Amino acid sequence: MANPGKSRLETERPAAEGGVNIALPGGDLGKHLTLMAVGLVAWILMYRELAGLSQWITYDVFGLAEGAALGSSVQFFTYDAPKVLMLLTLVVFGVGIMRTFFTPERTRAILAGRREVAGNFMGGGLGILTPFCSCSAVPLFIGFLTAGVPLGVTFSFLIAAPLVNEVALVLLLGLFGWKVAALYLVTGLSVAILSGIIIGRLGLERWVEPWVYEMQTGEAGIQKMGWTERIEEGWEAVKDIVGRVWPYMLVGIAVGAAIHGYVPQDAMASIMGREAWWSVPAAVILGIPLYTNAAGMIPIVEALLSKGAALGTALAFMMAVIALSFPEFVILRKVLRPGLIGVLVGVVGGGILLVGYLFNLLNVADLVL
Amino acid sequence: MEIKVLGSGCSNCNKLYETALKAVEQSGVQAEVEKIEEIDQIMSYGVMLTPALVIDGNVMSTGKIPDSSQIVTWLTTAVS
Repeated sequence: MANPGKSRLETERPAAEGGVNIALPGGDLGKHLTLMAVGLVAWILMYRELAGLSQWITYDVFGLAEGAALGSSVQFFTYDAPKVLMLLTLVVFGVGIMRTFFTPERTRAILAGRREVAGNFMGGGLGILTPFCSCSAVPLFIGFLTAGVPLGVTFSFLIAAPLVNEVALVLLLGLFGWKVAALYLVTGLSVAILSGIIIGRLGLERWVEPWVYEMQTGEAGIQKMGWTERIEEGWEAVKDIVGRVWPYMLVGIAVGAAIHGYVPQDAMASIMGREAWWSVPAAVILGIPLYTNAAGMIPIVEALLSKGAALGTALAFMMAVIALSFPEFVILRKVLRPGLIGVLVGVVGGGILLVGYLFNLLNVADLVL
Repeated sequence: MEIKVLGSGCSNCNKLYETALKAVEQSGVQAEVEKIEEIDQIMSYGVMLTPALVIDGNVMSTGKIPDSSQIVTWLTTAVS
């Protein structure tokens, strides 16, 4: 693990006699690379035709009137649904491969004994890249703390991981363009870093269940990985994530399409507009119980935005849906005293509020849309 | 042979448990499959991502559900 370049060469073809023998059928690097190249070319060719295709389906095949509500809805759906699914597949595949380089063991080694601020920046960044599901939050938390990663840095890591989510990133990229996607990435990371610094400064170690620090942890043998396995991990990620979120996404895009066609212009301005100051906290509170539907939520939010909702409010809502999840707090209660969970919700929620108000104030929507 | 599935009751942990049972049946290897849900035991293997699969004390995979054919390969290698 200390020398990834070397181990990569050594494990290109898994040793037949080793304890960890990963010789899958068809696990041939050349075959994988050819498949990837063909897939990428096909992807690009298809992606370029999507706009024309949706026009053709809507106005020629279905014979809908251009500019009418139904036509506008159908065209929105037939363009956005394939576009977002294609983007999702590509990005999840890429992220899946990239993540094989960031195991929690390696991340922990990088973060152990880091000082505040610099450690929080690294913790936040690595939180985005290290994959885990919320059911691993407790073992990760214990593993990090017992290895000497500071509490605040551990929280920057744990907050960034769900907050900056690749599915959300893809949806923003596909529906809003790269500027909003970048905005989400930067602000999400900032909330994670700042929250971690604040929690670290407050010295809340006493609110961690004391047995956590006394836990005896072992050292797992780290498996070596070659490029064949990394590419296979990428495919696995696509099967897992795209297979899980596509129904939510299609429903979300369908609802978004309906709003797009049928809701009058500026209908949302009074409820979710910039002038409604209470809309940002309302969006955050509403976002806490909603969790799994993040993939379906963004296309709806996008449509609301086009009807006069403010970007800051929309961004705050989305972040609250993704980062403040009730089931995760229940899981973390095992290792954290209620006071610390309260601080966590308060600090992260406060950060999201700040982001919401900031973007409404700056009126970034004019800038990026 | 001893197979342990580490994980505190998430849905993927149950899936891995089922997959491990299937793999044992396919391989014909004599093995006991046990679910480990206690956090201190999970941590004693140094596992930070669940579900994890342990065969005879060796951590074979973490944070994912390997194919049953993959587990069969591990089992037959561990026997010989």
